Amino acid sequence: MTDTSESRRPLSPFVQIFRWPVTMAASLAHRITAMVLYGGSILFAFWLVSLAWGPQAFDFATMLFGTWLGWLVLFVFTWMLMQHIMGGIRHFIWDTAMGLDKPTVDLMARASMIGGIGLTLILWIAVLIAL
Amino acid sequence: MRTMLSQVRGLGSAKEGTESHLIRQRITAYANLPLMIAFILIVVSLIGADYDTARARIGNPIVAAIMVALVYNVTTHMRIGMQSVIEDYLQHEGLKAAAWIANSLYTGGLAVVGILSILIIAFGG
Repeated sequence: MTDTSESRRPLSPFVQIFRWPVTMAASLAHRITAMVLYGGSILFAFWLVSLAWGPQAFDFATMLFGTWLGWLVLFVFTWMLMQHIMGGIRHFIWDTAMGLDKPTVDLMARASMIGGIGLTLILWIAVLIAL
Repeated sequence: MRTMLSQVRGLGSAKEGTESHLIRQRITAYANLPLMIAFILIVVSLIGADYDTARARIGNPIVAAIMVALVYNVTTHMRIGMQSVIEDYLQHEGLKAAAWIANSLYTGGLAVVGILSILIIAFGG
């Protein structure tokens, strides 16, 4: 027989029941972007190897990155990189023991996300103009 | 009651405390910022470039030096970062050890392949 007094105890709420604080989202974004960059960096190694290998390999790599899927991957990779850099700069500021109060922490979390998207768009608009 | 610090050092999931890795992750992060800005400028300058142009640019001594530093620094940063993630999410000791080894092989492999490629580009081959 189950112990009813045990089962009637309220369960402690887990993360999904709370409204996400922006700082939690920024923290998760930092780790998730890190993992994407970790896996995606093999594409950069592939490109470097193709350049060292010879003209045919390089043309093949250029062709792959030039497809719509290649562009999509590069765009997402840029965004992940910019978001991670913004998150990193947030950590640099904290390293000086500044910006640790709640309003500033919230502001920096929002700024890191706006900055990540903004930098990505600026970079890609510059690339499209250069082309 | 307090436990001597010397008795608890190294008892975390990383077995060596946060000392070396926390600081090293920060130092590689600081170095990554200017290196990454330089890298983005190099890559943007190579958009639409043909093979000879790309090879000449990456083979330029200063660019090659930046690239080698970038590959070494980024792969170190990646290895420490992934090690922390493994420590956080994997509890099984054997699985954790296997993941650590895979992490070292992946990041070490990328470092070797990347730096070797840059050297071949720089010195011909």
